[in-house]
This record gives sequence, C-alpha cells and structure tokens, in this order.
Amino acid sequence: MGMTMTQKILAQHAGLPEVRAGQLIQARLDLVLGNDITSPVAINEFEAGGFTKVFDKSRIAMVMDHFTPNKDIRAATQCQQCRAFARRFDIDHYYDVGEMGIEHALLPEKGLVAPGEAVIGADSHTCTYGALGAFSTGVGSTDMGAAMAAGETWFKVPSAIRVNLTGALRPYVTGKDVILTLIGMIGVDGARYQSLEFSGDGVGNLTIYDRLTISNMAIEAGAKNGIFPVDDVTRAYVEGRVSRPWTAFAADPDAEYERTIELDLGTVDCTIAWPHLPENAHSAREGADIAIDQVVIGSCTNGQLPDMAAAAEILKGRHLAKGVRGIVIPATQTIYRECIRRGYTEIFLDAGCIVSTPTCGPCLGGHMGCLAAGERAVSTTNRNFVGRMGHVTSEVYLASPAVAAASGVTGHLTHPEEVMSK
Amino acid sequence: MNAHGTAHKYGDHVDTDVIIPARYLATQDPKELAAHCMEDIDKDFTRKNRPGDILVAGLNFGCGSSREHAPIAIKASGVSCVIAKNFARIFYRNSINIGLPILECPAAGEGIQDGDEVTVDYDTGVITNVTKAETYQAEPFPPFIKEMIANGGLMATLRAKEAARNG
Repeated sequence: MGMTMTQKILAQHAGLPEVRAGQLIQARLDLVLGNDITSPVAINEFEAGGFTKVFDKSRIAMVMDHFTPNKDIRAATQCQQCRAFARRFDIDHYYDVGEMGIEHALLPEKGLVAPGEAVIGADSHTCTYGALGAFSTGVGSTDMGAAMAAGETWFKVPSAIRVNLTGALRPYVTGKDVILTLIGMIGVDGARYQSLEFSGDGVGNLTIYDRLTISNMAIEAGAKNGIFPVDDVTRAYVEGRVSRPWTAFAADPDAEYERTIELDLGTVDCTIAWPHLPENAHSAREGADIAIDQVVIGSCTNGQLPDMAAAAEILKGRHLAKGVRGIVIPATQTIYRECIRRGYTEIFLDAGCIVSTPTCGPCLGGHMGCLAAGERAVSTTNRNFVGRMGHVTSEVYLASPAVAAASGVTGHLTHPEEVMSK
Repeated sequence: MNAHGTAHKYGDHVDTDVIIPARYLATQDPKELAAHCMEDIDKDFTRKNRPGDILVAGLNFGCGSSREHAPIAIKASGVSCVIAKNFARIFYRNSINIGLPILECPAAGEGIQDGDEVTVDYDTGVITNVTKAETYQAEPFPPFIKEMIANGGLMATLRAKEAARNG
C-alpha cells in the first residue's frame, strides 16, 4: 500500500522508508514558528525546560503580528520578551513592526517555506503552507518551546481525506468560497486529526493564493493539515523566493484514503459562513435582510495582493453604505506598499475605508476593530465563533474579499454580482 | 491518580476562543487566565467551579485557535480533568503537554449531566457517575502520557529525565 503526500513528507523527515496512518513518529523540522501571543508562553517553557541553546537559529521564525503595533502596555511587554529571546539567540527570522506581516502571508512571501518541508507553528493556521506542498501544522506553545530546542517533534501520522477537484471557478468565486463550501459539506470536525489531500484536474485552475486560503482554513474542518500537489503554479511562486534545494513529493497511486470528496469548482458559488461556526455555509445570494455594521478585509486567510485587488475592483467608484465601517488590512509590508503603488489604497480611502498596516488585530477581537454588543461584521477572516471579534453577542459572517466589499457597499449580505451589475 | 468532582457540562465544538477570549491573551499568568475561564460560554463558571471539578463536553472540544492559554486557564481553575466525546487535536496535545488530564469517552459525554458527581480512575480509565450510578469506560492513558501528567507536563518530564540521567 502506498503513501499519501503528507505521509511521504513525514516518512522522509522521520528517516523512515515508510509510515502508516496512526503510527507515532519523531520527525525532524525545517521551521518552527511562533507569534507575539504564543511565543512568550513557549519561551517560558523553553526556559523552564532548562535549555540554553536553540537547535538552529536560521530555522526559527518569530513574527510580532497579533497585538501589534502594540495595542497596550501588556502587549508591548510580550513583544519585548520575544525580542529579547530573539537577540539572545540571534534568531535570523524575527520580524517586528516595520518589517513584519501576518505570519502566514509573510513566511511564504519571504521563501521561508518550500515544498516538501515540515513545519510546525504555535498558531493554528500554520496549516497554510500546505498550499506550497509542504507539511505544516499548528501546535501549542510547549511544543514550540521543545521544538526550538530539539529541532524535532512527535507526530501521529494522519489518515487522509482526498478532495478531488475538477472544473474551474466562475467569476467572483475564489478559494475562500471553495473552502467555506467544503467545510459546509464535511463540518468543523469533518477532517478531525486527518490530512486533507487536494488533487484532480481542478487544482491547476486554482491560483497559489486560492490554494493558500484553502489550506489556511483546513484547521476549521479539524484537519491536521491541508496539502496541494506541487505543479507549475507552485514552482512559479517559489522561484525567486526559495534558493535552497527542495523536493516535490507526490502521493503514490495506491495511497490509502479514508474517503474521497468530489468537488466541481464550477458549481461553487460565492459563499458566506453565518455565525457561529465556519460550517454554517450559505450562498451569498441569501441574507439580503441581514444588515451589517462593519467589513474587515485582510487576515492570514485573505490579506494577499489578489484579495486587495478583488476588494478594490468592487469598491472602485463606490462608497460604503451609510453606517458601515470598512477596515482593510494588507497582510504584509510588501502588499501594503503594492496597494499604494497600484492605487488600491486610494480606492479604499475614497470608498470610506481605513487602511491599516499589517496586524491580525480584529480577526481575534484583539484591536483595530472590535465589535460592540449586537454588531455584525462581514469579515474575510477565518472564524465566526461566539465573541471572536468582540462582544459575546456580536456576529461574524465569513466571506471572500469580493463578498465583503459588496456587502459593505449595500450594507447587508450581498453577492458581488449584485453590486457589479449596477 | 484519580479525580473526584462535580461535572460542568457543555455541548459540541467548544472552541478555545470561548474557553479564554483573545482579549485576555496579553498575559501568561495562569491565575489571571483562570479568572476568565469559560467566560464567553458560561459567565457563572468561575463562581460555581470548585477545585477538583470536572469539565464534560460533546464533540470536538477545544477546536479553533492553538492558544495553550486555554488548557492553562482550565488547569489553573482547579479543574481536575476534562472528559469529552472527542477533542480537537491541538487542544489534546496542549493539555497533555501541560499535564492536564483529558479523557475521550463518548458514553460519558452523553451520560453525564451538569451537576452530576463524577469520579475518574486514570489507571483503569473507568469513569463513574456517582449521581446516576453509571460507569463508562475510557481508554486509560498510555505510560508516557501518565508520566507527563504525573510530572506536570512535557517540560517537567524532560527535566526529570535529564536529572535522572545526570543522577
């Protein structure tokens, strides 16, 4: 019996000829990641463990992105602790305000993750890098602390679900709509402990940014990781970013999958996940009676340049509805600068939005756009849990940048076609 | 090793955002995190919870954010053990890593009601509902997990092993 793509990467990193689902392995890590919320706890654990050395200063990334620019004194103190640790061990990839971006947009952009690599991060959306054909998964702070010392960690080899993609996306439909549709099909625990292995002719019709968004939200189906095959789209993205050698792994033809889900991309429509679970998927054509107070366009899920372009296309020459607040957050400094250069920033400002430098802030109700009691947001982020973006009675509707922008223009849940046909 | 306490019962898909909302993540102090534990799903939790009490839940407990602050908050609240029909994988790993006992048992997740008196025998995996006079069988911890819980977590275990080696 053959192995899935995930299993092949894990076998290689465990130094084993083959691994099986359920097997416990010790695997070498190519990169260990943390942010300003999770790293302080990891540093405490690292110190509690009595470690005095990191395994490799070039294979640890720390990104100050959640509560930055520091939202208060305590957030500043947490960053200070990370900064001191990074200085002490001369960590190569420590990114602070001015050069940071949202971690899961920044690391691929800087070429810190390559196909075939194994990455853990003390952030649940570390699964994003599956889009590049890497094995990557979220862990907690203690695992991060131990991995910074040891350069390896233990895994239970996951069983797999194959998602066979066919066809191509229709206008205004994106990777976000694909993943919200898929989570709607299988539920927030539909892939619990498993890997989501994307395959099929449809993969080639997805941009790298569609794939990054899809892999990013694999965790919202409970998955350990969500991985795409390596093709010309991947190579075009990685080229010029990654200079070290890397390996494209491919699933064996006789790899074992617990089940296969067929998804024709041509049947996917713009989708909104209503409160309070990402599985609560509805067509963006529903909910015209649901009035909103805020739109957020950004995050590790949808803060890339094509996301900004999609929002700008809708907002060009239009204005947010009266009473709607618009918050646009390009995910990295590079994207932020490119938004200015391409005129998107001007479009957003003309539409009545604010444009922030990179931060995770509003996605987790941290800062830069928390919601009051009873308020509703359409957000391009990844979680619509109770109280996620603010008050416990506030509501989050998850959608793509085009849907969020269109909803901002009308003031209620809206399919982009409705705005663009006017 | 055993647990004995009153059950606080929750439903399916309890996420780490409601266990400890992000607005409290500018601290790593367990006591302070415990003061806000379960706040967004059960504002009375910190008032009614007594040392040794047991959290019981449905499917996919601890889903969402990887924040280790969630099991830290639960443990620092004095909760002795978490029982659920099943767990989200990052939460499961984090709990073991910090030495919070955590048991997967669909029958217990179904049978135990809020306020029931519950005991847990970690060696056998037997969960007893004293109030209803029912027992449920969970998988007992494998030795390496038992050792981690006894030591108080992964780092304490690594330190203990190192100390034993230097002996």
